[in-house]
Amino acid sequence: MPFFRKPESEALWRDEFSIHTADERYVSRRQLTKFLTLASLGMFVGNLWILARSYWSRSAVFLRSRVAEADEIPVGGVKLFAYPTPADRCILVRTGEDEYNAFSQKCTHLSCAVYYERETNRLACPCHHGYFSAQDGSVLQGPPPRPLPRIVLERQGQGLVAIGMKVG
Amino acid sequence: MAIDGAMALILLLVIVQIWLLSAALEASLAGHAETALPAALFSALLFLSCVALTLFVWRVDRDSRD
Repeated sequence: MPFFRKPESEALWRDEFSIHTADERYVSRRQLTKFLTLASLGMFVGNLWILARSYWSRSAVFLRSRVAEADEIPVGGVKLFAYPTPADRCILVRTGEDEYNAFSQKCTHLSCAVYYERETNRLACPCHHGYFSAQDGSVLQGPPPRPLPRIVLERQGQGLVAIGMKVG
Repeated sequence: MAIDGAMALILLLVIVQIWLLSAALEASLAGHAETALPAALFSALLFLSCVALTLFVWRVDRDSRD
């Protein structure tokens, strides 16, 4: 790379494609520190990306979407739906007579689809045995690091409308 | 000796940056957007430290060859 080499130093091709195999495999201190510094630059760029992502995601707007009728689901039953986009799978659980909870179906560990365990009244991930509360989506057990994002529901007569998503 | 110490320090700084990146991503995914800016600033500081140490290593290496 011309930016890091003096004009009068040995030609780069002679340095990179040496005759002796041992010389070709040899990593000099300069090369190692250059590699580590580039890795550091990569980490910094990653942090910049996270900063940009945090800045732009604040202005997310969620549309209202009717997801189910109140009597459509029995107590202890579930309904799968997509919100806010067709690619975002969610699960609606009726945990009580007048108690409906909806969460993203994507496990916060490695994105497996969670399902509702009626016997234990919790959401389970079959991949690595992670478990979430069916009441608030908090992690009960297993490797998931964060609670399930909650879908904010609003009752409109007999219908249940998703109006937003709450992360964390 | 100085070069070895500087290279070890660079490696340590890169390891800290890897941890910082993973922690910042974890916090961002959990909805804590306020940690992104301090993490980016500290990562910049670590990167600049790596650059300074690299230039130091190159200078000492060049001087030792001359």
